[in-house]
Amino acid sequence: MNAALIIIFAVMIMSIFLGIRAKKGKDMDLEQWSVGGRGFGTIFVFLLMAGEIYTTFTFLGGSGWAYGKGGPTYYIIGYGCLAYIMSYFLLPKIWKYAKENRLLSQSDFFVSKYKSPYLGILVSLVGVVAMIPYFVLQLKGLGIIVSESSYGTISPTVAIWIGLAVVTIYVMVSGIHGSAWTAVAKDILILVVVLFLGIYLPIHYYGGIQPMFEAVEAAKPGFLALPDSGMSPSWFVTTVLLTALGFYMWPHTFGSIYSAQNEKVFRKNAIFMPIYQLVLLFVFFVGFAAILQVKGLTGADADLALLRLSIQTFDPWVIGVIGAAGILTALVPGSMILMAASTILAKNVYKVIKPDLSDAQVTRTARYLVPVVALIAVFFTFKGGNTLVALLLMGYSLVTQLFPTLVFSLMKNNFVTKAGAFAGIGTGVATVTYITITGKTVGSIFPFLPQAIQDFNVGIIAMIVNLIVLFVVSAVTKSTAVVNTKTEKAL
Amino acid sequence: MSLIKWLALIPFIGLLGGTYFANKVTPYIFGMPFLLGYCVIWVVITTVIMVIIYKLDPRNKEGDVQ
Repeated sequence: MNAALIIIFAVMIMSIFLGIRAKKGKDMDLEQWSVGGRGFGTIFVFLLMAGEIYTTFTFLGGSGWAYGKGGPTYYIIGYGCLAYIMSYFLLPKIWKYAKENRLLSQSDFFVSKYKSPYLGILVSLVGVVAMIPYFVLQLKGLGIIVSESSYGTISPTVAIWIGLAVVTIYVMVSGIHGSAWTAVAKDILILVVVLFLGIYLPIHYYGGIQPMFEAVEAAKPGFLALPDSGMSPSWFVTTVLLTALGFYMWPHTFGSIYSAQNEKVFRKNAIFMPIYQLVLLFVFFVGFAAILQVKGLTGADADLALLRLSIQTFDPWVIGVIGAAGILTALVPGSMILMAASTILAKNVYKVIKPDLSDAQVTRTARYLVPVVALIAVFFTFKGGNTLVALLLMGYSLVTQLFPTLVFSLMKNNFVTKAGAFAGIGTGVATVTYITITGKTVGSIFPFLPQAIQDFNVGIIAMIVNLIVLFVVSAVTKSTAVVNTKTEKAL
Repeated sequence: MSLIKWLALIPFIGLLGGTYFANKVTPYIFGMPFLLGYCVIWVVITTVIMVIIYKLDPRNKEGDVQ
């Protein structure tokens, strides 16, 4: 057993310990379990939300994109920035409404605002379908990290099972408290690792950050900017915008909004989050440094850039620390997803079908669903194949379709009706699915438009369809909706 | 506050609209390719704007966080 493995296992054991210990002195009803009894201060909420930026996707994928795609990678910095600005205005409103109505999940929000448990089922299904591939991605990343950083002594399969066991245990026991405590360990470790790698590697191999970029520019002219077609500025702008809109629409991110103690937490975080995500720059630097040092990683293998460059540079114990940080970037978002998925399946799907369940039964169901969801994710991780790639691309676009319905519901006079919400989300989601499965682009649907518009992110089409249907159906059903809201009481 | 909050639109214009003009590698900004440096500058401007909005927002005067 080498030094890398010892460190990796030590961190795994520590996260189980932190996760289980987090439960101490708390009576775990569903409110404690899924939203931490709405008692988290600025730091916990900050870390839970920051957990969204530092996932394995950014750790491996961010450096992998820098290595394989170059300029387009910068979009990651752009969307976070815009999402945080919106968070200042949106999150306090969402939190306040959730607290007043004792909501526990994202689906609850739609159920309560639109007075429709069935809209809750639709939103839950969209959320779960989007989250499972996202979780699978984390697991695959975890497998890659452990197998690479253990120098191949642990296979990805074994690593995935161990990682999954760790998350399942602490989520079942401590719920969101476990995630929050592991998030603390994760952010400290990732900050140290990323800053170190992002500064050391460019200096070590090129003598500095600018010399590194100059070397890359000399070898691949234009690689560090956006290409003229394809991932062009038009692609960049529409992708930044759509991703920013979808940012808080993930059920697990939305759920973590509820965990805050008061609404000021979000306004304070909106100041620090943009600057904090500049840490991602250093992840990109690692990917750029790898371009001229690690040759021949193509396609999905580009994601190995960070680990491969580190392995050829450092001693095993450093690789162990990097691997451990990488594992935590998978475990924290993974635990949030497991919890959110189990909560919405228990409360917004199962309870709607069997309304006579008591609160205690719903809580128990949610907990027992954790290993079930985990096993489903494992199944897709090992058996998913190509369908998985399609699902992954779809996930973000799917949750983004919830944005219009949500934002309009925060307005004083919401013109969107229950039917409008159903139709808008439904057609948006159907459009995303159709476009992803058929591999259409804006250019292939409208070949007569100028190149700049052809390069638009294809999600724009789904969003426009969603909005048009939302407006039209709401206008048509306006009169019936007034009657409905008077006669129906949700939940 | 009501007028101040429109400041929040500036980064949207800068980051989204400006990309068309900032899409080049040189000159380097802070040692980074021009477009990346441009994004970073906007992140910093965003932070400044959010501080201004936060300070001038009367809702942040009431209550304490921790």
